[in-house]
Amino acid sequence: MNFQLTEEQSMIQQAARDYAQRELFYDVIERDEKAIYPTEHIKNLAELGFLGMLVAPEYDGGGMDTVSYVLAMEEFSKVDSSIGVIISVNNSLVCFGIEKYGTEEQKEKYLKPLARGEVTGAFLLSEPGAGSDATSQQTKAVDMGDYYLLNGVKNWITNGNTASTYLVIAQTDVEKGHRGINALIVDRHAEGISVGPHENKMGMRSSDTHSVQFTDVKVPKENRIGEEGFGFKFAMKTLEGGRIGIASQALGIASGAYELARKYAMERKTFGKEIIRHQAIAFKLSDMATEIEAGRFLCMKAAWLKDQGLPYGIASAMAKQYCADMAMRVTTEAVQIHGGYGYVKEYHVERLMRDAKLTQIYEGTSEIQKIVISRAIENGDI
Amino acid sequence: MRILVCISNVPDTTTKIRFNSDATKLDDTGIQWVINPWDELALTRAVELKEDTTSPVKEVVVISVGEPFIEPTLRKCLAIGADKAVRINAEPLDAYQTAGLLADYIKDTDFAFVICGIESGDYNEASVGGMLAEMLDYASVSSVSAIQFDGDEPVFQRDVANGKEQLKIDGKSVLIVQKGFARVPKIPNMRGIMTARSKPLDVIEPADSVPLVEFVSYQSPPAKGSVKMLNDARELLDHLSNEAKLI
Repeated sequence: MNFQLTEEQSMIQQAARDYAQRELFYDVIERDEKAIYPTEHIKNLAELGFLGMLVAPEYDGGGMDTVSYVLAMEEFSKVDSSIGVIISVNNSLVCFGIEKYGTEEQKEKYLKPLARGEVTGAFLLSEPGAGSDATSQQTKAVDMGDYYLLNGVKNWITNGNTASTYLVIAQTDVEKGHRGINALIVDRHAEGISVGPHENKMGMRSSDTHSVQFTDVKVPKENRIGEEGFGFKFAMKTLEGGRIGIASQALGIASGAYELARKYAMERKTFGKEIIRHQAIAFKLSDMATEIEAGRFLCMKAAWLKDQGLPYGIASAMAKQYCADMAMRVTTEAVQIHGGYGYVKEYHVERLMRDAKLTQIYEGTSEIQKIVISRAIENGDI
Repeated sequence: MRILVCISNVPDTTTKIRFNSDATKLDDTGIQWVINPWDELALTRAVELKEDTTSPVKEVVVISVGEPFIEPTLRKCLAIGADKAVRINAEPLDAYQTAGLLADYIKDTDFAFVICGIESGDYNEASVGGMLAEMLDYASVSSVSAIQFDGDEPVFQRDVANGKEQLKIDGKSVLIVQKGFARVPKIPNMRGIMTARSKPLDVIEPADSVPLVEFVSYQSPPAKGSVKMLNDARELLDHLSNEAKLI
């Protein structure tokens, strides 16, 4: 077993850390408060190659492994997890989905600009009545011969307004149930698409979340991913990888909060000594550091399995569930260690606590991850 | 036009500095090594010049004196955009020996000019650049804050008291550059990181160059005293006068 990073992995970690600490940190509070989408940062990160870092070089991506991706996601999310989710959705849902299951024509037309970061993508699965229960798709893609006619509403769509390329999951054949679902590549600017107002969220406020309505949108047949009826399997397979992104985002939120709490505990004095020298605080930090390390190993294991071409669905569910719940605990303790200062925006930890909450909810709630894990136990896989 | 950037491998600036048991050497356990920040700015500007199609700079080479453990630092230079790296396989013991080893390599090369950061973030001696120019019999241009080209001819800018000075050099030169030479260090992109491994990193054995300096011992600065919070100006005056005896 080898815990040593390669030279390339260390360089990517350092590059992400440099950008996050040097560029993201100074305006993160304002972007959160005013819910400003980080247009300029996304442009810079695209130039550095982070928007398509997992995509193969022949499709204009960075060709990096998933371990590097976890390292980068942790560093960005330590400072700004909204950036984390924009990168995660683009890389591990949209680019991964098209690269793994798309045709050469689809890769040429859609994947390359996404990998270069010239445009971003969005993954449209959730609906007002179908979140965790992804089989209950109400959005319909009616087969009209050489095109599908798309109607319905999608909810909670990250990059909903800024994305140029949508991956839409929709029901074509109701009688076939989840085997009648298709995944379609849809141009965001196609006629019949209207984007709802920006959601006023509790956390991850500078990511761009919207509902999207489709009214008689014509989607060419060649934009379907895979065979007819492949959509549900496509969504589930893609989300397996997405969980690694969100797990490492949660890991970053936790380690960012821990670093701030440690620094504060070493400076702040009460009763004549630094609060880190009070056991009540020292033990909190000790638990935080240990839990973060455990979460990091779960993320790395899932990433390593994916890089080896081995099944990683259970490992990514474990990483996502543990890191999301852990991030909630760690950020809450980070606020507690800061006392009153933790409750004001200037000290960053309250934002990280708000951001952490979403990691327990999106891309499969913690409860859904436990269903995945417990079914694997039932099947004798664990 | 080919240019050379000298790189020093130094501990990360946030490193907690410790010494070995007899305080004669840095204890490098667990140290994260980085490109010397001044050299990183020099390299950033050199790469910008290479990427600027209107500039005559076509190749950037980096060089460092050090043992194999410094190679990740040189690989990072390649990821940032240097075309080739050279490692002189020796432990750098003082500025004179380092400059001597660099000069021995540079003397038979065709670099239009050599760039050194003004000092290194570890020993802060600010000596190698000047010594190197002297050993090579090149012009030494210190405190360079900018560079541009007049055709193929480099024009160096120095910040001087109340103004700026523009220089053209007849012959080869060593530029000793300060902050401002580049705005911020360049962060390597994915393509750079990916191609760094396939770029050449030559290892050459050192010439004879002996150090002049023996480091006898190191001493850490005394721990900072505690901070006293005062309530008003009267209390401040009282402390300055009665405790610190400054007024």
